[in-house]
Amino acid sequence: MDQFTLNLLFVGASFALYIGIAIWARAGSTSEFYAAGRGVHPVTNGMATAADWMSAASFISMAGLIAFTGYDNSTFLMGWTGGYVLLALLLAPYLRKFGKFTVSEFIGDRFYSKTARMVAVVCLIVASTTYVIGQMTGVGVAFGRFLEISNTSGLLIGACVVFAYAVFGGMKGVTYTQVAQYVVLIMAYTIPAIFISLQLTGNPVPALGLFGDHVASGEPLLAKLDQIVRELGFNEYTTHHSDTLNMVLFTLSLMIGTAGLPHVIMRFFTVPRVADARWSAGWALVFIALLYLTAPAVGAMARLNITELMWPNGTDAQAVSVEDIANNPKYDWMQTWQKTGLLDWEDKNGDGRIQYYNDANAAMQEKAAANGWTGNELTKFNRDILVLANPEIANLPGWVIGLVAAGGLAAALSTAAGLLLAISSAVSHDLIKGQLNPNISEKNELMAARVAMGVAIVVATYLGLNPPGFAAQTVALAFGLAAASIFPALMMGIFSTKINNHGAVAGMLAGLLVTLVYIFLHKGWFFIPDTNSFTDADPLLGTIKSTSFGAIGAMINFTVAYVVASMTKETPQEIKDLVESVRVPKGAGAATDH
Amino acid sequence: MSDKEASNAYWKANVRLILWSLLIWAVVSFGFGILLRPMLSGIAVGGTDLGFWFAQQGSILVFLALIFFYAWRMNKLDAEHGVGEE
Repeated sequence: MDQFTLNLLFVGASFALYIGIAIWARAGSTSEFYAAGRGVHPVTNGMATAADWMSAASFISMAGLIAFTGYDNSTFLMGWTGGYVLLALLLAPYLRKFGKFTVSEFIGDRFYSKTARMVAVVCLIVASTTYVIGQMTGVGVAFGRFLEISNTSGLLIGACVVFAYAVFGGMKGVTYTQVAQYVVLIMAYTIPAIFISLQLTGNPVPALGLFGDHVASGEPLLAKLDQIVRELGFNEYTTHHSDTLNMVLFTLSLMIGTAGLPHVIMRFFTVPRVADARWSAGWALVFIALLYLTAPAVGAMARLNITELMWPNGTDAQAVSVEDIANNPKYDWMQTWQKTGLLDWEDKNGDGRIQYYNDANAAMQEKAAANGWTGNELTKFNRDILVLANPEIANLPGWVIGLVAAGGLAAALSTAAGLLLAISSAVSHDLIKGQLNPNISEKNELMAARVAMGVAIVVATYLGLNPPGFAAQTVALAFGLAAASIFPALMMGIFSTKINNHGAVAGMLAGLLVTLVYIFLHKGWFFIPDTNSFTDADPLLGTIKSTSFGAIGAMINFTVAYVVASMTKETPQEIKDLVESVRVPKGAGAATDH
Repeated sequence: MSDKEASNAYWKANVRLILWSLLIWAVVSFGFGILLRPMLSGIAVGGTDLGFWFAQQGSILVFLALIFFYAWRMNKLDAEHGVGEE
C-alpha cells in the first residue's frame, strides 16, 4: 500500500469515529450543551481536557522549538503544565461549586456588575478567536501535506466534521470526541518517539532515553548532542543562554495564562462534584504529561538525527553530498518537504556537498574559510515540520506516518472545538440570555447556542483560509489577555471578600490595557507592520519581551483592584455570603440546578 | 461548633495547604529549573545536570504529585470539618 492510501486510511478512520460519536452524543438541554449535563467522570474529563488543551502548537510546534534552542525553551514545558497546579488549587473546585455555565457568569455575579461580565466576555471572545485561527490553519496544513489536496478543501472538510459534533452535541459531543482525539494524538506522538528512542538509546521509554546513553557512541545522549552542535558552532543544547529574568517571567505568564484560558476552565463545570474537579485537574495533567515528558526527548533526538544525517561521517569528515540527498532513500524526506517550501538547501560553494553549520559563529567562519565553505547550506528548516517529518527522518514504516497525520489533525480539531464552544456559550449565555433577552426559553437558548456555534465555525474557517499576517503573534495576545484580566479576577473573586465591583472592573481594565499597549508597542499597533516603537530583541522595560508581559499585567490587575476596592463602598453582605458558599463543597448538588 | 466557625477553620486550613503547595510549585520550576540551576550544576544526571532535568521533566512530575496530594488532603479536610458534599 502506498503512503497516500495509508494516510487516507488513518485520517478517514479517525474522522468516521468522530462522526459516530457525534451521532451518539446529541445534546437535548442547555445543561448538556454547556456542561455535558455535569455527568462526566473525572478521568474522562481529564482526558478530554488534555485534548482540549494540547493544540497544534503542543503537538506540532513544541518539540521543534525545544530541538533548535535546547534548555532555554524549557519555558514551554514548565509554563504549559504549571498552570494546572494553579487551576487545581485556586480555581477549578470553587468554580464548579458556583455551578453556572460560563467564566464570565461567575465574574458578573461575584462582582455584581454587568460591566465586569461584559469585560470578561470581550476578553474571552478575543482570546478564543485569535487562538482558534492558528488551529484552523493547522488543520489546512496537515491536510495539504498528507492528503495531497489543497489547504482550502482540507480546511473545509475539517470544519464540516467539527460542525457535526460541536453544533449538535455541544459540550457533550465535544467531550466524548475529545476523548477519542486524545487517544489518537497520544499514540501518534509516542509511537514514533518510542521507535526513535530504541534506535538511539535502546530504551523504549523516550523520557528515560533522553537521559540515557547514545548506543552508537556509548556516551550519554545529551553529552553527545552538546558536543556535536558545539563542533558546528551552535549554542550547546543543555546550557543556559537566554536572559534569566525574561525566562522566569515568560514561564510565569504561560502558567497564569493557561489557568485563565476560558476553554480550559469551563471543562471543570462538567464533572458531577467539587471533589471531582480537584481530581480531574490531576488527571488532565497526567494525560498532558504523557506528551510533555516525551516532547523534550523528541526534540533532542530529532536534533541529533538531523545533524548526523547532514554529517554522516562525523563533523570532522565530509558533509553529505548533493547526490546522496537526491538518490539515497534515507534522504527522501528532504525531497518531500522541499516541495512544501518549509525546507531548503543550496550548494553555495559548488563543492557537491551540503555543509550545515552556524555561519554567524566566529570560530566557524575561520574553519569555513580554511575549507572553502561560503555559508550554511541547509538554508531553511522550518521548526514546525520537525514532529511531522520525524518518522520519515528516522526511516519508520509508512503506517507510523499515517498515524502522525491523524494525530496532528486530532490535536488541532479538538482544541478548535473547545474554543468554539467557549465562544458560542459566551454569545448565547452571557450576551443573549444575560444581557439582551433574560427571559429567553431554554429551547430558544439552546437554538441560539447552536446558531452561535455555527457562525463561530464559519468565521473561524474564513480566518483560517485568510489568516491575518499576525496569526502567529496573536497567541501571545490570547495568553496576555487571559493572564492579565481573567485569571486575577477569578482568583480575587474567590480568595478575597474585599474586592468589590469597582475594584474588579478597574483591575481588569488596567491589566488589560497596559498589557495590550505593551504588546502593541512591540508588535505594532493592532499588529500593523512597522507601527511598533520597540522590538522584542530590545524591549522597552529591561529585558522583558512582550510575550512575557502577561505576568506583569496580572500584578497590575491585582494592585489596581486592591487600591480601588479599598477606596470605594464595601462588598454587600449577600456577595460575601456567596463567596463563603463557593469556598465550601457542601451543597454543590443544589447549586447545579439552574 | 457552628457552621460558620467550621467553615472558617476549614478555609484557614485550605489556604495554609495552598501556600505550602505553591511554595513547592515555585521552588521546583522557577527555583531548581531556572534560578537555582547553577547551584545544582554539580549533580550530574545523564550527560547534564539536575537543573536541566527539573526544567524539562522534574517540575512536571512534581506538579502532578502536588495536585493529587492536594486533592487527597482536601477530601480528608472536607470530611474532618463536615463541609463535604455528602
